[in-house]
Amino acid sequence: MARNVTTSRKSINTIAAGALGFLMFFPVLWIVILSFKTEGNAIKAPLEILLNTGWTTESYGAVQARSNYFKHFSNSLIISLGSTFLGMLIAIPAAWSMAFVPAKRTKNVLMWMLSTKMLPPVGVLIPIYLIFRDLGILDTRTGLVIVLMLINLPIIVWMLYTYFREIPGEILEAARMDGASLREEVIHVLVPMAIPGMASTVLLNVILAWNEAFWTLNLTAAKAAPLTAFIASYSSPEGLFYAKLSAASVMAIAPILIMGWFSQKQLVRGLTFGAVK
Amino acid sequence: MATKASRSAARLMISPAVVLLLGWMLVPLSLTIYFSFLRYNLITPGANPFAGWDNYYWFLTDPSFKAAMANTLLLVGGVLLITVVGGILFALLLDQPMWGQGIIRIMAIAPFFVMPTVSGLVWKNMFMNPVNGIFGHIAQGLGLQPLDFFSQIPLLSIILIVSWQWLPFATLILLTALQSLDQEQLEASEMDGAGSFSRFLFIMLPHMARAITVVILIQTIFLLSIFAEILVTTNGGPGVSTTNLTYLIYVSSLLQFDVGMGSAGGVIAIILANIVAIFLMRMIGKNLDA
Repeated sequence: MARNVTTSRKSINTIAAGALGFLMFFPVLWIVILSFKTEGNAIKAPLEILLNTGWTTESYGAVQARSNYFKHFSNSLIISLGSTFLGMLIAIPAAWSMAFVPAKRTKNVLMWMLSTKMLPPVGVLIPIYLIFRDLGILDTRTGLVIVLMLINLPIIVWMLYTYFREIPGEILEAARMDGASLREEVIHVLVPMAIPGMASTVLLNVILAWNEAFWTLNLTAAKAAPLTAFIASYSSPEGLFYAKLSAASVMAIAPILIMGWFSQKQLVRGLTFGAVK
Repeated sequence: MATKASRSAARLMISPAVVLLLGWMLVPLSLTIYFSFLRYNLITPGANPFAGWDNYYWFLTDPSFKAAMANTLLLVGGVLLITVVGGILFALLLDQPMWGQGIIRIMAIAPFFVMPTVSGLVWKNMFMNPVNGIFGHIAQGLGLQPLDFFSQIPLLSIILIVSWQWLPFATLILLTALQSLDQEQLEASEMDGAGSFSRFLFIMLPHMARAITVVILIQTIFLLSIFAEILVTTNGGPGVSTTNLTYLIYVSSLLQFDVGMGSAGGVIAIILANIVAIFLMRMIGKNLDA
């Protein structure tokens, strides 16, 4: 920037923005702290917790012992990775052909796909619930993989489409002129250019699937419940559980928080369907 | 140039996605509409006779529908107000020169990645609980009566929790828009003697207008479907004071097993969401031409 900025102005900005950022982050920081306290200490006054209590990792062990935490963790993992993988498998060819062989109807198809995303889930809750019951896939990971793949498919197609469209067609033509076969063209030219966009699409959709909390809550019980539903089971009051709730929450959000920080830019693009870049 | 062969190959490549989404949309949608005209309760098996508009009549005249509509509007409106105004201010601040901007931004967007059930429960217990929560402890420390958030201001509490989750989204998108602003334009206006407020009002705000609209529309779509945060904090109560339309339909379908009534509610929810969706689609469609 060409404008001169005084050091004092910069310090004020840093302090103001830092304070706000810290406030936004504080709840996350707080459960990290509570997760390393005993249940008795976790409900004390904040200052006392910070200054006068010891640290322990017993809550992490207790969460696993009490409710087989890793079963729910692996459910989340399988459901979010499975639905994203399946979605990519279906979306890549579709986005590919729409980006490179656009037809007159391409725009309409894209807009229609987007419109399916606007359908409020509660509007189709009953039919899906009944169909799943009759097919016997209520409370199964298979059922959730299918539903989450379908609700995220429009986002996957859209994101891939906007990335693929940025690959310049001239490069493909140049490769063809140099005598590359279609197979060589795909493997050596297209794939390397498409990989970054595909990686961000995967990242964002794993995040969305991991945090999805309508279908995962309504279509699962004990067996296939991912972390969203498992954490919800802490909503019944059962005495002192702050430290355990914190430990379970920290483990549930940590992987996504880290992934999310890497995908800030893609987040904007993916969730606004390319309307803001 | 696309040949005829590549055209048909392209169609073949699109079709799985189209067929799946078509099925996902049409099958449940037509079933919802069909169920909404039946007297159909899962607890009373047997014939499900045609009920005409009865389900709609009972759903729409139920006092809890009125309450749920009001709650839905307050929830969506309240969260939009907080996140859009807060997001603009936060984005303006983050756009200023400062040290450690990357770290600050990472802290600020963290709430968006916290799963809804976690943020609902953490706020409910660790912050808003009148005895053990941080707000309660602070009130006690100041010698005040602690506020019992979920019985005294239940809906506002939920608005605050949801705003915490969505403020990062608004901030991030508005910041992205702000950063694409031409710096020379700002400098020129500064040289012409424009103050910082008029620079904001006449240059930055119009530049962000499109992003603000997108934030409002996309958030509305998601906010109409708020569910998990209500489920883990208040269960829609006390009474129906935090029941939104989504939660009301959930109660009548999966808790009272009234498929007919729940489906009628579902159709109404779809119509409402579509009104918002039409505007959003128009915005995004325009962008596709450019």
